[in-house]
Amino acid sequence: MNRREFFGLVGGGILVLLVEDELLAQESGGGGRRGFGAMPQDVSAWLHIGEDGVVTVYTGKVEVGQNARTSLTQAAAEELRVPPASVRLVMGDTALTPVDMGTVGSMTTPRMWPQIRRAAAEAREMLIDLALQKWAVDRASIRIADGRVSSGSHSAGFGDLTQGQKLTRTIPANVPLAPATEWSVAGKSLAKVDARAMVTGTHQYAYDRMSPGMLYAKVLYPPSFGAKLSSLDDSAAKAIPGVQVIRVTAASGREGAGHDVVGVLSVDPAAAEKGLAALKATWEPVAGQTNSRDVFTYFKQNANGSAPSAGLTAYTVAYIAHTPLEPRAAVAEWSADGKLTVWTGSQRPFGIRGELANEFKLPEEQVRVIVPDTGSGYGGKHTGDAALEAALLAKAVGKPVKRNWTREEELTWAYFRPGGLIEVGGRLNPDGALASWEFHNYNSGPSALQTPYAVPEKREQYHQVHSPLRQGSYRGLAATANIFVRESHMDELAHSIKMDPLEFRLKNTQDERLRNVIEAAADRFGWKNRRKIAGRGFGIAAGTEKGSYMACCVEVAVANGQVKVVRVLEAFECGAVVNPEHLRNQVEGAVAMGLGGALFEHIDFADGKIETNRLFRYRLPRFADMPLIESVLLDRKDLPSAGAGETPIMGVAPAVGNAIFDATGIRIRSLPMVPKGLPATGGGVTTSAVR
Amino acid sequence: MARITELNVNGTRRKIDADAERSLLSVLRDDLDLTGTKYGCGEGQCAACTVLVEGQPTKSCLTKVAAVAGKRILTIEGLAPEGKLHPVQEAFIEADALQCGWCTPGMILGAVGLLRRTAHPSDAEIVSGMNGHICRCGTYPRIVQAIRIAARKGGAA
Repeated sequence: MNRREFFGLVGGGILVLLVEDELLAQESGGGGRRGFGAMPQDVSAWLHIGEDGVVTVYTGKVEVGQNARTSLTQAAAEELRVPPASVRLVMGDTALTPVDMGTVGSMTTPRMWPQIRRAAAEAREMLIDLALQKWAVDRASIRIADGRVSSGSHSAGFGDLTQGQKLTRTIPANVPLAPATEWSVAGKSLAKVDARAMVTGTHQYAYDRMSPGMLYAKVLYPPSFGAKLSSLDDSAAKAIPGVQVIRVTAASGREGAGHDVVGVLSVDPAAAEKGLAALKATWEPVAGQTNSRDVFTYFKQNANGSAPSAGLTAYTVAYIAHTPLEPRAAVAEWSADGKLTVWTGSQRPFGIRGELANEFKLPEEQVRVIVPDTGSGYGGKHTGDAALEAALLAKAVGKPVKRNWTREEELTWAYFRPGGLIEVGGRLNPDGALASWEFHNYNSGPSALQTPYAVPEKREQYHQVHSPLRQGSYRGLAATANIFVRESHMDELAHSIKMDPLEFRLKNTQDERLRNVIEAAADRFGWKNRRKIAGRGFGIAAGTEKGSYMACCVEVAVANGQVKVVRVLEAFECGAVVNPEHLRNQVEGAVAMGLGGALFEHIDFADGKIETNRLFRYRLPRFADMPLIESVLLDRKDLPSAGAGETPIMGVAPAVGNAIFDATGIRIRSLPMVPKGLPATGGGVTTSAVR
Repeated sequence: MARITELNVNGTRRKIDADAERSLLSVLRDDLDLTGTKYGCGEGQCAACTVLVEGQPTKSCLTKVAAVAGKRILTIEGLAPEGKLHPVQEAFIEADALQCGWCTPGMILGAVGLLRRTAHPSDAEIVSGMNGHICRCGTYPRIVQAIRIAARKGGAA
């Protein structure tokens, strides 16, 4: 899209383009150029103020419940001095928004948020320039407030100033911004901007999308991972009135499900479902696949990298499922001239556009991916599985196709959080200072592999393994696994010299920000005054990842072999806080989600089949599992804002494990820790199997 | 095959032509475009599909449409007639008791049903009354808070 097309779409007014590369911004002419050159290639955000005064921000980021729509609204409102209600955000539409790598890695707040502020600040300066031209007043006399520009007796709405003009400005992404101490809209708890649509059921998610004339599609999946279709009898399915069976070969293979896509389609969703059940398929399974019981031994035996030292302690982490409550969904439509439009719930609209362009050998401009605010993702909606199926079948059948995954498909064919084996060892000086540290992660990943504690001698390694299950990103990536093991083992070391776990951590911490969250958590929890009574235990854990810091204190109650988490207090610091209430919601929600992986969530699999394929077999945290959850926010207005969607999940499991040890003397070295209640010993089958 | 030709939804008689065996959830979403009622699991485990049938919270994914013919069905679209939010809806916004919002319609109707049974529930009654609902984003404590607020403001209405 060039500037002329863009203005054609949105009408006249002010357009600010923000580019990543400072040199490019200068080359493309910096100040106030009027013209219709091509859009620079690396624009990260753009902002438009229409002749009606409406401010519209365009970003490739998406809203998946983390409240980016609200925080980015605050960014624009902050700089333009407009009520947040007059800012509109267009998100995650590849035809309208700048290219974006995805809503991943907690990057929206540290990267996109300041960029939208910069674009809005530039638009504000352009409005002041226009007012100066119009009124011939002193620049310093001009004020902008509540969406109006004024000076003395002069006053004008934004649209009155831009009337009839099409102004563009390209600015670099590193323009300095006012510090957090001067914020007025940002830093406050603006309510969720789209909450009303959600509480009234009017927000249309991808799962809800209807296109005129569309067919519902069911897709045949193998009975086990990697099984090949050897024969298919679709006569009974085709005999159902209104049912079509379409068989297409996808150029891009679907992991574990191959290239053959067999779709059963009908205008009637129930008929499509019956058609799927009526297919008679035979399959050739893949023999000798590992299972969830042996997978940790498999990791060890199939890992790359050099061998660890002898005598390390082994921990294990199970595969778990994201289980976003809105399963994957897509509606695909092909236009008569061969363009593809797909509505889908995802964190990577441009990544999915790329997948589809690649599959259909189309230029990317011929593919439009639209991501409505999505029923969560937690890192689990990066791939275009449903989009690909819908697009393939829509092309074959010549009509729009809706492909909504079922919960069972979601629990079976989506990718999982990786399982992992982790081996750890540490030595202490007599005073409790860490002397050496060794840490090996097999398969789960390298995030937060490095200890934040001061240690003179260390060896930390990630060993890749070919995973027997489809695996991918999950909120926090492997940092959850690595911090679980590191913080559990730090607890083991503290106990080995009978040092208080809090004191032990502080002794080995030189990082000021880490020390601050540990002290804040311990202080607010009342760590030093905790009273040890039978059946109760207390644990602490801390860490840092993605520019933010967290520390958790936990109290558990153990009775009759059952563990109940009674209280979780988390101190969290991510620089200057953008929206305190939404940050608390993220921290508390991450604690709730983290309890599932800590206590009971796990994928069971054998012979290429997922056994935990239904919600009644895959336990998720519920109301009754909730402890008292408290969040303590450390607002560092002197530091840039970091993201908060991931790091708060990371301290829950080790703090709970350390509390269980405190209560029982049992050190549990596997996640989940208590899927069937408290184990008799902590080592678990997996550890002994490895040794 | 038996067919159902009419449902009483949100105070209106709606013409349908549905196989009696179909789920209420599918008829609401696919035939009547009432997509505020959400699919979460299809097995009655998450309660995202909750609607009120004669005032009782009912999992529409497990309810055959034949079982509710002639009964009064309330979906989230019918809870705020003429745009005036129900106290439970207001309380969910006030307590910021949602993130992605997918569980929210079912959660709200479950809460409305709970408050009709027990106008001033204790926290333990809220937890046991709502325990069939899943919020994967983990806003449970905020939902409890929202129900407390709604109870104070007469959410049983």
